[in-house]
Amino acid sequence: MERRSSYKGVAIIAPFSMPYQRYSIETAHWWVAKALRGSLDAADVRPEEIDGFSVASFTLAPDTAVGLTQHLGLCLRWLDNIPMGGASASVALRRAARAIQAGDANIVACVAGDTNQIDSFRNMLSSFSRFAMDASYPYGYGGPNANFALLTDRYMQKYGATREDFGRICVAQRSNALNNPNALMKKPLTLDDYNNARPISDPIALFDCVMPCAGSECFLMMPEEEAQRRNLPYATIGSAIERHNAHAEDDIQLRGGWTLDVDELYEMAQCTPTDIDLLQTYDDYPVISMLQIEDLGFCAKGGAPEFVRSHDLTITGDFPHNTSGGQLSAGQAGAAGGFIGMVEAIRQVTGTAGPTQVRDAKIALVSGFGMINYDRGVCTSASIIKTGSRA
Amino acid sequence: MTIELLPPPRKDPQKKTLSPTRPPEARSRASLGLSAAAAEGRFALQVCAECDTVQYPPRDACSNCIGTELPWQEVTPNGHLLAETTIRASTKLYFRERAPWRIGSVKLEAGPVVLCHIHNDCEKNAPVTMLNRLDASGQGVLLAIPTTRTNNMEDDPQLRALSADPKHRRILIADAWNPNTPAIAKALLDAGAATIFVGEAESWRPHPNRRELNEMDNVNVLPLDVTDTASVSKLAGEIGGKTDILINNARFMRPGGVLDRGDTGFAKDEIEVNYFGLMRLAQSFGPGMMGRTADGVNAAVAWVNILSVNALSNSPEYGCFSASNAAAYSLSQSLRGEFRGAGLRVMNVFVGPTDDAWYQSLPPPKVIPTSMARSVVDGLQRGLEDVWCGDIAKDVRDRWRQDPKVLEREMTTGGDHA
Repeated sequence: MERRSSYKGVAIIAPFSMPYQRYSIETAHWWVAKALRGSLDAADVRPEEIDGFSVASFTLAPDTAVGLTQHLGLCLRWLDNIPMGGASASVALRRAARAIQAGDANIVACVAGDTNQIDSFRNMLSSFSRFAMDASYPYGYGGPNANFALLTDRYMQKYGATREDFGRICVAQRSNALNNPNALMKKPLTLDDYNNARPISDPIALFDCVMPCAGSECFLMMPEEEAQRRNLPYATIGSAIERHNAHAEDDIQLRGGWTLDVDELYEMAQCTPTDIDLLQTYDDYPVISMLQIEDLGFCAKGGAPEFVRSHDLTITGDFPHNTSGGQLSAGQAGAAGGFIGMVEAIRQVTGTAGPTQVRDAKIALVSGFGMINYDRGVCTSASIIKTGSRA
Repeated sequence: MTIELLPPPRKDPQKKTLSPTRPPEARSRASLGLSAAAAEGRFALQVCAECDTVQYPPRDACSNCIGTELPWQEVTPNGHLLAETTIRASTKLYFRERAPWRIGSVKLEAGPVVLCHIHNDCEKNAPVTMLNRLDASGQGVLLAIPTTRTNNMEDDPQLRALSADPKHRRILIADAWNPNTPAIAKALLDAGAATIFVGEAESWRPHPNRRELNEMDNVNVLPLDVTDTASVSKLAGEIGGKTDILINNARFMRPGGVLDRGDTGFAKDEIEVNYFGLMRLAQSFGPGMMGRTADGVNAAVAWVNILSVNALSNSPEYGCFSASNAAAYSLSQSLRGEFRGAGLRVMNVFVGPTDDAWYQSLPPPKVIPTSMARSVVDGLQRGLEDVWCGDIAKDVRDRWRQDPKVLEREMTTGGDHA
């Protein structure tokens, strides 16, 4: 198959995370506006300078990205709506990069945000997808917890993973989160706490689950020379991939679409897994982080349990992973959960991560996974981003 | 191993009766094919007419060849339990109140992997058999059960919730006079029913069933005339709060079409019993039963109508009687919609000609009381909506499904007149 062309010449700037809240009385529109304004202020870009806009959100109804243009007063020549939840960041990134390379847009704002009102999560579940409505919810209505419990059960049967192996990921992320003042979880977590947690949907217990919350994340993209002219710290795109409905023939999802594109991912970025300074996986459940560690080439299939036993996943460890605490400890802000790793990775490689900064981080791999349409996540994405100019 | 379900203790009148809650009802139109199959107890899935790929979840186009002709066909219900979980937290009240709830992934021999309910006696990573049953929302759902029978397996909470099992339940049979009543009462008692109430009109007149009914244990014959609103509401006042299943077998019939009769007298009686009788029973007993569908082991669960299969397509030899049954059938569909919100089931038992005096002039096959009783009990145990009792009922059903107009022409021949 012919390889795709490079993403060179595009800069990623102004990563901004709006501090999450467990429940919010505000709307998705408010959260999107807050994050967008945050990025614009950080880069000193005026709203009228933006001519491209990419939005990921579950709770904008009845609006879409279209309604937001008028709501926020943006006049655009390029508009994208990314309904891919946890896979949305790398997808937004690579599409915006193509628009900039082609001259369809000059400055693109990529934003993801959702509110979480008292009944938002329950309402979102009930209208998530047709297959879920027909063939998943009638069976116990356990939501994603039940889907991932089945996957975790199968993974444990097949590869001999134990609860403790999953717990290591959660405990390390909590340790990272304690350095992130915006993380919702502020108490240390021990392996004992993890093991003794309330069971939710066996074998999944409380600390395997993310906490739904409100929040938003944003970054801007522009031509590299534009970022240099404005003297902004920026990251560049080594490579980026997306894939949908891969391995449909697998009875239960124990691998994701990354396996189909991972060779191109590293080849295009001219690096190997050992060059990666930090990994941001999509961590709605720890088993999904394990699939990504395997499918992105850090170890063989089924090797993730051993990998997490033999590596230190904290900010100062030998394999920094989900350095802001990830969704497991910072919270899952709807579609912003798809952006949390990307925005943190941009901070990391531009040297602006502050208390969660990994020393000398130059190359980050950001992976996404989303949309349990029925029994598995349908969308996967990943990108490798590199230091362009540090702060 | 399932623990045997014991008779419930006497109800504590100081405690609030649980309000009915339901599992999710919303489905796509394609998915309703599963419910239609479950209504008759069939395990059917969509199969692509072009490439034979078995589909799941239900859809509008084949996931193999994008063909759009996907008829529902019975497929082998065998599968293998790949993974399972016990859900302990759910945002849906129905499951929250019934937690923990076991579900799993089953790889079907027919091809697809399905998420389904799991019977407690299923072993991990083992072969299973699939059932397609109606849940409390009246939608078809899949339940994996062990491939071989286990002790008390019908008492598993998940399986029982997908049935209207008579076990430990109190059941009203509306008409003591009907020739099938003693057989139905006996079959229900044999299936574990706690109490049978039998309604008896015109108690001063002798009839052949009375002695037989009086001799059965746990059978109470009580005054009930379905043509008299006061009589129906009086009995509902007495036993409406402990009627878990109501079987409406009241029937008035006389042979003949429109021109065989000189006036509307018999037709009025047929409508009075077969149509208004159902309406009176529903108006008096329905609301109370709807309020008790979450009331523990002997919660209210089902409403049963015995209908002539000629409710679907008229037989002029019994033309006016058929018309009254068509009216009752239509009303039963309304009741289904009205009961749905409470999770109360409506089961229609369509019967061919019965082996009694009013069908005397018809040749066999005819339905005898014990086989009708068997159909009623089996339908309740399997939670069915539509039961076809006897060879003629099944024959009419098949012809009706193939082409209702052709069936009508077959049923309305002019005979041998010159």
